[in-house]
Order: sequence, then structure tokens, then C-alpha cells
Amino acid sequence: MNWKRSIIALLASAPVLALFAFGFTRNPAEIPSPLPGRPAPPFTLAVLTAGEGSHARTPGDTIRLSELAGKVVVVNFWASWCLPCRTEHNALSEAARYYSDKPTQFIGVLYNDSPSAGVRWIGELGGMSYPAVTDVESRTAIDYGLYGVPETFIIDPAGRVAHKHLGPITGDVLRRVIDSVLVSSGVADSVVAGAG
Amino acid sequence: MTGTIAHSALLVSVGVLALGVILTPVAVRSGRREWLQLVYGAAYTNFLLVTIATVAMVYALVTHDFSVSYVAAVGSRSTPLLFTIISLWGALEGSILFWAWVLAMYAAAVVWLHSRKPGNLIPYATMTILAVAAFFAILLVGPADPFRPVFPVPADGPGPNTLLQNHILMAVHPPLLYLGYVGMTVPFAFAIGAIVSNEATSNEWTLLSRRWMLASWGFLTAAIIAGMWWSYEVLGWGGYWAWDPVENASFLPWLTATAYLHSVMVQERRNMLRLWTLNLCVATFVLTILGTFLTRSGILSSVHAFTTGSIGYYFLGLIAVVLAATLVLVAGHSDRIRTPGKLGGAASRETVFLLNNLFLTAVMLTVLIGTLYPLIAEAIRGVKVSVGEPFFNRMTIPAMVALIFLMGVGPSLPWGSTTWADARKRLAPPLAGALIMAVIAIAVGTRSIYALLAFTFVGYAAMGNLREYWVGMRARRRAHGESWPTALTRLVRGNRRRYGGYVAHIGILFVAVGVTASSAFRTEREATLLPGETLTVSGKTVRLKGVWGREEPQRSVIGATLDVLGKDGAVTGTLEPRMNFYRVSDQPVPTPDVKSSIKGDLYVNLMAFEANGANATIKVIVEPLVPWIWFGGLVIVIGSIIGMFHSGRRAVPVRKAPASAPSDPPETAPEDEIVEALT
Repeated sequence: MNWKRSIIALLASAPVLALFAFGFTRNPAEIPSPLPGRPAPPFTLAVLTAGEGSHARTPGDTIRLSELAGKVVVVNFWASWCLPCRTEHNALSEAARYYSDKPTQFIGVLYNDSPSAGVRWIGELGGMSYPAVTDVESRTAIDYGLYGVPETFIIDPAGRVAHKHLGPITGDVLRRVIDSVLVSSGVADSVVAGAG
Repeated sequence: MTGTIAHSALLVSVGVLALGVILTPVAVRSGRREWLQLVYGAAYTNFLLVTIATVAMVYALVTHDFSVSYVAAVGSRSTPLLFTIISLWGALEGSILFWAWVLAMYAAAVVWLHSRKPGNLIPYATMTILAVAAFFAILLVGPADPFRPVFPVPADGPGPNTLLQNHILMAVHPPLLYLGYVGMTVPFAFAIGAIVSNEATSNEWTLLSRRWMLASWGFLTAAIIAGMWWSYEVLGWGGYWAWDPVENASFLPWLTATAYLHSVMVQERRNMLRLWTLNLCVATFVLTILGTFLTRSGILSSVHAFTTGSIGYYFLGLIAVVLAATLVLVAGHSDRIRTPGKLGGAASRETVFLLNNLFLTAVMLTVLIGTLYPLIAEAIRGVKVSVGEPFFNRMTIPAMVALIFLMGVGPSLPWGSTTWADARKRLAPPLAGALIMAVIAIAVGTRSIYALLAFTFVGYAAMGNLREYWVGMRARRRAHGESWPTALTRLVRGNRRRYGGYVAHIGILFVAVGVTASSAFRTEREATLLPGETLTVSGKTVRLKGVWGREEPQRSVIGATLDVLGKDGAVTGTLEPRMNFYRVSDQPVPTPDVKSSIKGDLYVNLMAFEANGANATIKVIVEPLVPWIWFGGLVIVIGSIIGMFHSGRRAVPVRKAPASAPSDPPETAPEDEIVEALT
């Protein structure tokens, strides 16, 4: 037994093991996006269903991102064939109601789906508290580098992407991000008042 | 109840295995060889216990016992029986159970076949297998326990992963893969046993390990081809290999195992490369564990990735232990294992085998680095990268094309050394095959230089390997006056390993032709058709007849019926590509329909449809010679079966005095036979 050689061989395996151990600290499914911090790609989208309260829009009208300057815009991409979208639907609808007295606009962009299926889905899930819009030829989805549905983008009042969320979003994440954007951009002096 | 029995069986098996592992060195060192019977008994008992657990799982699946966690996770009352049974290996915990069962079977088989041999090789090899089995048993009672009780008991479950319940090949590919993958543990165990028992320089362990390696290699080859076929038939992209991390994980040990099967012959014949061969044997096992780790730890993104828990950490621990133990053992004993043999001459079979090993190892390292590169890049530069087909194709195709050429050169050259004039004489005849294939390739319009070289070398290698048969048969006819069929059977029987190897070569050549032709001449078109409209792709025409829908218990099916039109416009067949919508998944599972002939496939996939059935978007792919790949896989399996059941002794006694090696006379086929007959 040549112990010297054994120990050298043993040490040689250390970097490989270190590499694998490092792998556990990373999530390969996470896809980096260059969007956060940059100006959000502009869009003009046709309204499909109206929504409620301050978020409401007339079906058939269009929503332009440029008209929403000064508001925190929450853009959620969804589809009727998407199961995780059902999971996050309540969180989004409730958050939209919760923030209806703040300068915010929630928008649900129907991705790769027929408008009729989208309307049926909304009915099935007991309504959507913010407008659903259609994305002709998925142009907006392409501009936003959509990888799959659901994905949610939160745009600050200056029109920059503040946050991108992959997969079903939760009420906690929505509140944390929207609150911090509202405060840091100064469009709302205090968000605590709204919390109940 | 079922769960409790199975869980207890697995708990007991952990104890039994631990006992076997600890008892082996005690029994050997204290000279109480009767204690070894307990070790062997542990292997049998473990097989019995894991069989109980596996049968219990199948029973729980079939009876929809949703109080068992694995059944609750993958079972469903609406899934057809066959897919319910095979969901045994469809998800993480079940696949670990199945793995443990296959390994238990191998351990019992090794003990059954070899435990009467004298010496310490078999005890230590058994100990090694039992140690690996103990790891899997620990997983099964700990982080990957498939028998956790579920309460309250759900009424129904979600069913297996939809991709896995869509095609019958899912009943074939995974078991073959496990038989191959897990089987690599056995040759590894012989290598470790040989070092620990100080018998690495005897040829006993090589003889045993190469037979087990050949069996596992045959299974692994069949599994890889079946996996390619499955991906071709189910995923709807008309391809069969995508260099996905998990495909690579199965390819890596295949490459080192192939290199091993060749280098072991050099070791036996020329008394060279013993340390190298042992390293390949060990590396093959380490790569199977690495592949399992990559698939089940979630550190790389892959379409095959299992859902993960803490199991990745356990596998990292296993890799660390295996790497540490084998590196320490092999490096520490390398001086004694190394062989003194020298290369005879440049123009010899062993030179070709060395090149073969060089190229196979180079491909293995390239694929390994490409697979791990996303991890390396993130660790060093902090960036996300993905390594895809262009890298792998560009880096590996030249070496693989060279390997095809070597497949023709190796069998044509003798062992030892020969003169250049003799070598030229032997290497010339297969050139006719190369010429024929080159002419055909150019005539059908091959443009890529690698495709042209691949076709030419296939011609060369095919002729080279077939000529070995012909020369051997002619010699037998002359010497014994036998008829051609008798000469063929006796020739193969006389040296099964050699002629089985040539059959495997021919199989690889079929695969090479299929892969090259289908990559170089693939044509595809996509169009939205109204009923009655046609789409023509490279001479093949299909006409949309209609779009239909059907409800089945576990899924809804949307299909399009297409007529295949002959040259004269007459209907020559129909194709029905479908989309299966499973209740539990948001993504439809495409089910392309393929019309195969010896000339190639007409592959049709339904991409989209209008809900009212007014039109359908159809993708038509014409892929020449794809069925040759599946046929080649079958030929390779036949070749390895022929090679596996050889007479039992090594082909030629190893030359004890290496000094005489360079002066060995070149061997010819008839001479081989004589030596064979003597042993």
C-alpha cells in the first residue's frame, strides 16, 4: 500500500465533491432575466373582461403601459389550460382588491389561449377583480421573455421592472414587493394604513 | 398493513446487510471460513426481503391502496393496469426500491454462481455489493421511504407522470436501464474484491468481471436504444437524442464499459493495461452513481429530473465514499497492479484497441465536461449557461466517426506485431466496402463531410467484420470439409466472444447508418390543413381526412386522421397522430404516428387543432433509415448474448513471459481456433 499516492488521489477528488456540494446551493430551474431594473417593454392590450373598482376597464378598450405612469403595475401572464394559474388566482384577485385604494393597476394577460376559454375560466373561478386582456400573437409575452405561465411582473411608477416572479405567486410575495415599491417610489407615504 | 410488512422487511434488510459487510473481513482474517456462509446467507436473505417489499408495492399499486404514500403519489383508479404496475419505477421512491431489488438479485446471483470458488476474491466482492445494497436499503427506510402511511386515506390519486403512461416502451426502457446500470456494480465489486484480497494480478477477477460487464453492457445498450425509441415515439419532435444531462448520464458509463470490453482483451492477450482496465471498470461504476446523483439531486436542469428531497445529499455522500475508497485502494496498490507488457508493433490489433480506448475516453470526458459545465460556470464565473447539441455534436462526432473506422481496422489486424506489407495486405480488402458506400453516399447527395466519412467508414468496417467471418468459415471448410452453415456455427461456437463482438460491431454500424442518414437527410414541414387538403414533404403526401375526439377513463384524446397518398394519388395507408389530455396535467402529451419502412419513416405529429374540428396543424417529418437504429440495437443485443455464453475459459492462455511478446508470431483465424480447441 502506497499511502502517499492514495492521499494525493484522495485530494484530487475534493474539487469534484466541492463542485457537487455547491450545486445544492443553486436552483437550475431559476432563469435569470435582464428585465428587473430596466424600463418595462411597452404594450397596448385589448381588454377582455372588466374587473372591479379602481382597476376596472371597459371591455374592448385598450390598456397602454404608457398611460399607467405613476402607478405600480402588476402584469400577470396566465392561461385557462394552466393548472398553477388556478392556484395563484385567489391571491392575485384578493391583492388587487386590497390595493384598490392605492395607485396600482393589476392586469391579467391571457397567454396562448382563446378569449372564449379565458372568459369561461374566469367565470368558473368566481370572477377576476382586475381586467383580463388579450395578447395578439403573444407579442407582449415575447417582449417580456415569457418562459412559461404563470409569470408575474411588477412595474414601478417610473415604468421600470421592479420584480419578476416565476410560477404561482403568493399573497405574501405580492404584498412585500408592492409595499416596498410603493414606499420607495414615494407614491404612497405609508402602506401600513391600508393593512388590516 | 402492506406498508408495515414491507417497511419492516426493509428495516431487517438494513441489519442483515450491515452484518454481512462487517462479518466478511472478520471471517477472512480470522480464518473462520464457515462464517462466510453467513455472509452469503445475508445476500440471499436480502434478496428475499427486498422481493417482499417490491411485491408488496406492486400489490399496493394494483389494489389502489392509497394509505401507502407512494401509491397516493402516483396511483390512480383510472390508470390502466399495465401502467399502474410499471409506475413502480415511474417516480423517485419506487425507482429506488426497484434499483434495490435489481441489486439484491445481482448479489444473490453472484453468490449462487461463484461462492464455491476458493480464495478471498468472492467474499470481498460480495461484501462490496452488499455495502452498495445497504446504501439503497438505508434510503428506503429513510429519505426515500415509499411506504410512509398516509392519513386520512385519499379516495383516489393523481396517476403517474403523464409522459410515462403514454407509451408501452415505458415498460421496457427503465427495467433494461436498471439491469444495465445496476449490473455495473458487479464488475466493480470484483475489481474492489481483487484489490482487497490481493488477487488483482490473477486473471480470475478479469474473467468474472468481464462476463458480468458484457451482460450489463448488453442491457445498457438495449436500454439506451429503447430510450431513444421512446423519445422518438412520444415527444413529438422527431428526434431521439438531445444530449440531455440524463441521456448523457446513461451514455457515460456505456463509453467506459465499451472501452473496458476492449482493453480487457489487450490485458489478457498481451499482458498489458491491467491498471488501466481496472480503472475503466471502477470508473464505469462511479459514472453510474454520478448519473444517478445528477438525475435525483436536482442540481442540473433536465427533462428527466425526478422530484427531489434530501436524497441528493445521501447520493453525494455515496459518491464521496465510493470515490475516496476506490481512489485510495487503486492508487495505493497501483504499483503492484501495473503490468510490464510492452506494445508489440505499430501495426497490430492492440494499437487499434489503444486508439479505441483513447477516443472512447476522450468522448466520455467531453460529454462529462459538457454535462457539468453549467455547474462549473456558475461556481467559477457566477453565470448561468446551458450547453446544448452544437457543443456535443461538434466535439464528439469526429471521434465517433474515427471509432467507426477503427472498428474496421481492428479486426483486420493480428495481435502482436506484423510487417507493414502484411498489414497493407490485410487492410486492403475492406476498401471495396468503403468505395461502394462512398459512391452510394455521393449518389444520394451527401454534402456534409462527416456524414460522407461516416458512410464510407461504415462500408469499410462492415466489410472488415464480415470478412473475418468469411475467412474463418473458408478455413474451416478447407480444414474439415464442412458445409457453410456448419462452418458458421462451429466458427462462432469456437470463439463466441470474438464472433459475438463482430456481430455487435455490425449492430453499431446499423445504428451509425441510421443516425447519420436521419440527421443528414431529415426534411420537415408544418402546415394548417382543412379537411381534404394535402401536404407534401420530400415526395411523401398526406391528406387531412378529419379531426376527432374521444373520451377515455384517464384522458381525453384529440386525433387527426390523415390518408397517406401514393405517387398515383391512391390511398396507401392512414396515420392518426393524437394529443392526449390527461386529467392531472395542463400540458397535452403529443402522440405522433409513424409509418415505418426499411427506407425510413414518415413521421406525423398533430401540433394544434381548431376546437370545432375545422382544421388541424400538422407537422410532417421524413426521416430516412431511422428503423435501422432500432434494428441495430437488436443486432447488438444478439452479439452480446453470443459473447456472454462463451465456453467459460479465457480464449488464450496469457503469456507468462512478457519478454517473448514482441517475437510472437502473428495469429490468423484458423490458428485462433486451434488454440481455442486446446483450452
